[in-house]
Amino acid sequence: MRPGRRHLLLSLAAGALFVVALALGDQFLDSFQLRVSSLCAIYVVLALSLNLVNGFTGLFSLGHAGFMAVGAYTCALLTMTPEQKEMNFFLAPVVPWLAHLSIPFLPALVAAGLVAALIGFLVGAPALRLKDDYLAIATLGFAEIIRVVLTNTQTLTNGALGLKGLPMYATTWVVWPCAALSVAFMVFLTRSSYGRAMKAVRDDEIAAGAMGVDVFRVKVVSFTVSSFMAGVGGALLGHLLTTIDPKMFTFMLTFNILLVVVLGGIGSITGSVIAAIGVTILMEVLRFLDGPLNFGLFETEARPGLRMVVFSLLLMAVVLFRQRGLMGNREFSWSMFSRAGLARREDGRA
Amino acid sequence: MTLPLLLQHLANALALGSLYALIAIGYTMVYGILRLINFAHGDVFMLGAYVAFYCVALFLLPWWASFVIAIVVTALMGVLLERVAYRPLRDSPKISVMISAIGASFLIENVAVVLFGGRPKGVAVPDILNVKLTLGAVSVMSVSLVIPICTFALLAVLLWVVGKTRTGMAMRAVSTDLDAARLQAIDVNRIISFTFGSGSLLASFGGILWSYKYPQLNPLMGVMPGLKCFIAAVIGGIGNIQGAVLGGFLLGAIELLTIAFLPTLTGYRDAFAFVLLIVVLLVKPSGLLGSRQVEKV
Repeated sequence: MRPGRRHLLLSLAAGALFVVALALGDQFLDSFQLRVSSLCAIYVVLALSLNLVNGFTGLFSLGHAGFMAVGAYTCALLTMTPEQKEMNFFLAPVVPWLAHLSIPFLPALVAAGLVAALIGFLVGAPALRLKDDYLAIATLGFAEIIRVVLTNTQTLTNGALGLKGLPMYATTWVVWPCAALSVAFMVFLTRSSYGRAMKAVRDDEIAAGAMGVDVFRVKVVSFTVSSFMAGVGGALLGHLLTTIDPKMFTFMLTFNILLVVVLGGIGSITGSVIAAIGVTILMEVLRFLDGPLNFGLFETEARPGLRMVVFSLLLMAVVLFRQRGLMGNREFSWSMFSRAGLARREDGRA
Repeated sequence: MTLPLLLQHLANALALGSLYALIAIGYTMVYGILRLINFAHGDVFMLGAYVAFYCVALFLLPWWASFVIAIVVTALMGVLLERVAYRPLRDSPKISVMISAIGASFLIENVAVVLFGGRPKGVAVPDILNVKLTLGAVSVMSVSLVIPICTFALLAVLLWVVGKTRTGMAMRAVSTDLDAARLQAIDVNRIISFTFGSGSLLASFGGILWSYKYPQLNPLMGVMPGLKCFIAAVIGGIGNIQGAVLGGFLLGAIELLTIAFLPTLTGYRDAFAFVLLIVVLLVKPSGLLGSRQVEKV
């Protein structure tokens, strides 16, 4: 059998196995474990979207939390029933055109992505003229502006009170297909001419421009697509936690996603997926660190924050000692397993 | 608005602007030399305030002694920060250094949450800074006058150091061209440490004065001032010390006067700086006093 066909079969088998695992998980895991599993899938979407701009296009953007917030609020406001809106907006009534609007989850999810993409485009068009650290601080600024606006538009977003009691739509059969779709999309994108143009811009902007790549256009497209994914991820997160407020979408959230991307390897889809799952599980496993610690001989009092110390140290350690992260910019492929000589190697898949 | 009220607002704006200026200088000095946003600078500011607080609260030192101790300790922390988080990455891609800076910032914040606790702490303001001065219809706390005086005194010292001493000359050389400076037998590492030390010293000075003006501490108190002061440095022209001071005063004035004249915008206070940043970056990226840098291929 030709390696190409064998790899296709292997991929199909892995896909089927994945679906079976999801079905089994959905049946046998308890609600907490399911929640963590859904969180893993959402982090896959978010990490891939950040990796698209940071890793594949080389734009250091720190504005992700803002686009997530836009997505989360859009989706929540579209799916909530008029009664729920009335209950939430007790300080000031919601704007009339939203009061009676209520659409099903999936169209709302797409709308969340589209609105986030639109905001991403509006932010990106001016901000992407900047480079490196200026871009980072400008995107961070935009995210902060989005958050401040969300806090202050009482009749549209319910301000600092946030929205409570969102329907729990983000089930296993919603979030994991979204994650799988994101992975597939990223794989196809990075292999397309657009993906190659993005990598060219990342590696050397001036050379890419000289080769006829429309650098600015590629940047804006990458940023907009990434905002779309961030918006979808934010919407899923909102409907998993069933409550959102502006305080959720601070720089801390962007930091978590950045941690995943750096750990997995900047510019690796495989790395982002593995790290998203690993970090999410680790965050839950290490939750005990925030409580009282028992060392046998003595017990320390609860120290909320210790968990984040561990993650900050982890990030610093990776940056200082292993900048490539888990995967560098390599990707998983079946030919990783076939030993040299036994099967013909496929190359150029990175 | 009546004149006394306006003067009152101006006095507050002057004090806030001075604090911003003190922190912004540290950003601008580090950026001038290493082309690096020291994300952890705002956290150094927070550490300064906390060290001073604990010197008074735990060791019962007089406030001026704790002031001096806090400044020295924080300056050393700044030097240590550079050693651990930035020096190993000096030849790495910019993105790695920036991630390291963000990591360092989060590390300091979270260690502070663990060590100091997340609950805000009240600061005992020294009596001499807590005097109410009344001039006609205007009344200000003495601390609001002490802050600008300290800022200008420190600025004068700093400008003398940078402009007239051998170390200052070396700093300017390193900021112009790091490799060429090394070839002139300048100990680049020592100069960078000195820069971080003096920047952190100013930040902790600002942090302690901040805690006297707004007497409450929390581990995340440095985040917003940190971001705003970086913006102040960009507005003034990054790499330029006078520019950073100008940017700090401008930002303080815009923030407080907008609130004074348009109280409905109070909720948007934290967004002003970012809007200003984006406008400046798009219209004049080199800032008010900065010189334009040409990108070489």
